[in-house]
Amino acid sequence: MRPALLFSVFVVASCGLAYELIAAALSSYVLGDSITQFSTVIGTYLFAMGIGSWLSKFIDKGLTARFVQIELMVGVVGGFSAVILFMVFAHFTEPFRLVLYGLVFTTGVLVGLEIPLIMRILKNEVEFKDLVAQVLSFDYLGALAVSILFPVVLAPHIGLMRTSLLFGLMNVAVALWAMRLFRATIGGGRWLLAQGAIAFVLLLAGFGFADKLTILAEEGIYADQILYAESTPYQRIVLTRWRDDIRLFLNGNLQFATRDEYRYHEALVHPALATLPGARRVLILGGGDGLAAREVLKYPNIESITLVDLDARMTTLFRTNHLLSAMNKGSLSSPKLHVVNSDALIWLERNPEPFDLAIVDFPDPSNYSLGKLYSSAFYRLLEKHLSDQGVMVIQSTSPFYARRSFWCIVNTLEDAGLKTAPYHAYVPSFGEWGYVIASRRDYVLPAKIPVPVRYVTPETMKTMFDFPADMSRIPAEVNRLNNQVLVRYFEEDWRRVMK
Amino acid sequence: MDRRHFLASLSSPLLASCDFERGKPVLEGKLLGPDMALGHKLRDNKFAAATQTQRLPIAIIGGGIGGLSAAWRLLKRGITDFKIFELEAEPGGNSRSGASGTIAHPWGAHYLPFPTVESVNVRAILADLGVLLGDPSAIAPRYDERYVVGVPQERLYVDGLWQESVLPKIGASKRDFEQYKRFDELVERYRRLRGADGAKAFALPSALSSKQADIRALDGQTLRDFLLSQGLDSPRLHWYADYGCRDDYGAHAHHISAWAGLHYHASRDALATDADARSVLTWPQGNGWLVQQLSAWIKQRAPDAFAPQSPCVRLETAASYADIDIYNAPQDRLTRYRADQVIWAAPAQVLAHVWANSPAGLREAATQMEVSPWLVANLTLDSLPIDAGPVGLSWDNVLYDSPALGYVVATHQNIAIGPGPTVLTYYWPIDNEPVPAARKRLYDTDWKVWADAIIAELSRPHPGLREQLQHIDIWRWPHAMARPVPGFLTAPIRGLLAGLTRPLSFAHADLTGFSLFEEATYAGVRAADFAK
Ligand SMILES: Cc1cc2nc3c(=O)[nH]c(=O)nc-3n(C[C@H](O)[C@H](O)[C@H](O)COP(=O)(O)OP(=O)(O)OC[C@H]3O[C@@H](n4cnc5c(N)ncnc54)[C@H](O)[C@@H]3O)c2cc1C
Repeated sequence: MRPALLFSVFVVASCGLAYELIAAALSSYVLGDSITQFSTVIGTYLFAMGIGSWLSKFIDKGLTARFVQIELMVGVVGGFSAVILFMVFAHFTEPFRLVLYGLVFTTGVLVGLEIPLIMRILKNEVEFKDLVAQVLSFDYLGALAVSILFPVVLAPHIGLMRTSLLFGLMNVAVALWAMRLFRATIGGGRWLLAQGAIAFVLLLAGFGFADKLTILAEEGIYADQILYAESTPYQRIVLTRWRDDIRLFLNGNLQFATRDEYRYHEALVHPALATLPGARRVLILGGGDGLAAREVLKYPNIESITLVDLDARMTTLFRTNHLLSAMNKGSLSSPKLHVVNSDALIWLERNPEPFDLAIVDFPDPSNYSLGKLYSSAFYRLLEKHLSDQGVMVIQSTSPFYARRSFWCIVNTLEDAGLKTAPYHAYVPSFGEWGYVIASRRDYVLPAKIPVPVRYVTPETMKTMFDFPADMSRIPAEVNRLNNQVLVRYFEEDWRRVMK
Repeated sequence: MDRRHFLASLSSPLLASCDFERGKPVLEGKLLGPDMALGHKLRDNKFAAATQTQRLPIAIIGGGIGGLSAAWRLLKRGITDFKIFELEAEPGGNSRSGASGTIAHPWGAHYLPFPTVESVNVRAILADLGVLLGDPSAIAPRYDERYVVGVPQERLYVDGLWQESVLPKIGASKRDFEQYKRFDELVERYRRLRGADGAKAFALPSALSSKQADIRALDGQTLRDFLLSQGLDSPRLHWYADYGCRDDYGAHAHHISAWAGLHYHASRDALATDADARSVLTWPQGNGWLVQQLSAWIKQRAPDAFAPQSPCVRLETAASYADIDIYNAPQDRLTRYRADQVIWAAPAQVLAHVWANSPAGLREAATQMEVSPWLVANLTLDSLPIDAGPVGLSWDNVLYDSPALGYVVATHQNIAIGPGPTVLTYYWPIDNEPVPAARKRLYDTDWKVWADAIIAELSRPHPGLREQLQHIDIWRWPHAMARPVPGFLTAPIRGLLAGLTRPLSFAHADLTGFSLFEEATYAGVRAADFAK
């Protein structure tokens, strides 16, 4: 009996430390500043354990049964702690800290009760000095085991949610085992067993459904119902719906909302294409949703569209899913359109074809790899793919929120030897959004848009090409591969907005 | 991105990944190096007599940067009747490159600092290859952006953390910083210093440096002793000095001449338009790109110039011609050429070995040269290496306190969006034991032993490296580069090589005693100009 109980001390101690580490790690991820998070979580936890130890003196009767119940409670509360914290964080911002410290405190009190109880259960069997020595050394050994396993195996390979559920299961297992060991003396047998079974099943279910729980947590993050979520080798695609509005998120960043995407895509395509009555061949880089292609296909003079998008899952999804292909009017199935799933740059380097219009719809320059696609070297290469009369148009982030970034892109295009016509459009989901038309000639506004549109007209275009004082040109460096200033600008600009 | 979105991107791997370690496939790779069998055959010099003799106006022996530069120079002068005899199947020598799948990577030299105003020919070559745009003699020329190293350029792993730049800042004391500053001032002084002869104290190419005695006297001591004599004893500064010497010469500062050690820092004063002066030129395959482009440039103008797998195994000079025996390895046949001019662009020790009637003292002078052994490994990973902290993966990733230097990321210069496999080129000068022992170890050690050592070392900053690793190919360079030890400027070999004119001139970087692209080009062009 004694070795068994000592082993349970080991398990109980590891569980205790695991919950503490999970709470600290999670709050570091979520709130940042890991030093503060670790130190306040550990502090609260140790303090709560102290309270638990003190409270243990009020437990007089049925020691073993109480021990079993406490184990079950630790198992459930600790086991679900990561799940609870994620859900709370995803669905409500404010009470996160309250719930965090509440959970840490509760687990701490319960864990604090465990060791004194075990010692009292064992006190009649072992001499006091051995008791203290053995119980405490197993206690600390358990802590050591977890402190090593947690950063090396558990957190990186199993994930926080599963780790906490796993330790919950271990606590419950100790409880069930204790029930068996003490079945002769323990009171309330059946009811206790039922409690144990319930706790075990709950945790096991949580473990099995961890993936579903992830989505549940994400739904909170995305506020709306999730229609579709998939991790491709390149990105996490999430589609949400609220009433009629479908939104696409790539890696958590909003790409479009059906409510107003027509504004974004009309503004991307028509100011350039309406000036090119002789255009036959169009290149679209990025834009795997097929929405820019939908606008291009409105022009009967267009004979072919080459759409280069890295992610085959994106283009397949938007071609085959009826909801999404309704949105892009089946553009991705058009016989005129040819999808290439490749890295835009590699493709450009290998294909000499010229195009009358190149539409560049890349994600914003939020990191160095994306920043390269906004460099003068990239625009020089793209320029070589323009036909004599050819034009390119670049989605260029917001001239209002990221003013310096926007003008940096304009400067970079000019450095690559192109004449630019910067403009902007108001897209409610995004705010003021910016684009740049660039070519070897001066841009002249079209007299009319020859195809049906809802937003871009010659009248609105006059204001689109006008930059009010709060978005007007400001000095910015040229974005080169060897300085990547745009990534820095972009980060600084948006950080200011987020504050 | 706000915190919620941050979590959104984070929560999936964090919550849902359940990737327990599975049985990993056994790691594989190749152990490469110079052709040993051919090398032994050359050393023993057991060849059947030549069956025929042919006339040839100009023979270039060796297709490294020296030999290619000589060919470039001849073509610029309108001379096309030359042949380049190269031992290996591919040209390039120490600047050769390879590929792992579709990813090109270096096997040796991997970068070129912006060439100085004095490196006239390097600049002209770069202009011919479209790297330098506009006027090659401009103070600050413009270079094609694709070939200037992209940011972030370099970082250092020190005390368990990555920092920006190679000068160790993490853990450095106030005293260390003071010494950095003094060292910087010292280098800056030397950078501006000119001798009484009007030449720069430290010019690149080095042959154009001042001959003033007190400056050249720096060659009398090691860089380490020189720093100590200046009161510079910070261990971190000494690590930095060691790093520079090991990077360029393959040996620690206590082996390297103070003149050469200072040359590394003080000679590079070139500027460029729209790029930081400390940037460098680089390509996915390192200087192998220059080799490929320069070879193509030569082939276009002299289609039959290249003779691969054709080492020169014997040389005999006369007053107005030289006879060279070229061994055609695939056909196992020897051909004798009688050339009006031989431009020797292979190492000096090879010359000393094959030159039948070499002048007195050449053999001995050549054996006195110290030559550093190197090891270069290319690690193919299924994705970019992962590490913690705010300093992102850079082009050059240096390790403090490591037997090796660190690694360069071969895909850094690519403009690609998607994640994908990459190659890390790991540089390791084998210099913490005497050269013969190091060279023996290089020959005798198994692939597995090297691979394990490399993985262990790189797992320090990248604990998950092994999981990402697909294979490791290792190249041994037993005789990689001349080591400029104290006294190298005045060593007898210098005078003997520089004294060669006609019908044999010397075009290898050994001419000036240290191995750099600029030095090889200088030697190559100089040697080519002796040809009529
Ligand atoms: C690991 C490593 C990294 C380096 N990194 C850099 C760097 O980043 N930047 C830099 O500027 N320099 C670097 N260097 C120095 C590099 O050596 C020089 O840049 C340059 O390549 C030297 O050219 P070379 O023509 O003088 O000599 P080698 O490259 O030695 O060329 C000699 C050629 O002669 C051939 N040869 C030998 N014997 C015979 C024979 N008997 N007959 C015919 N041919 C023969 C060889 O196969 C070889 O091709 C590095 C060197 C090494 C080893």
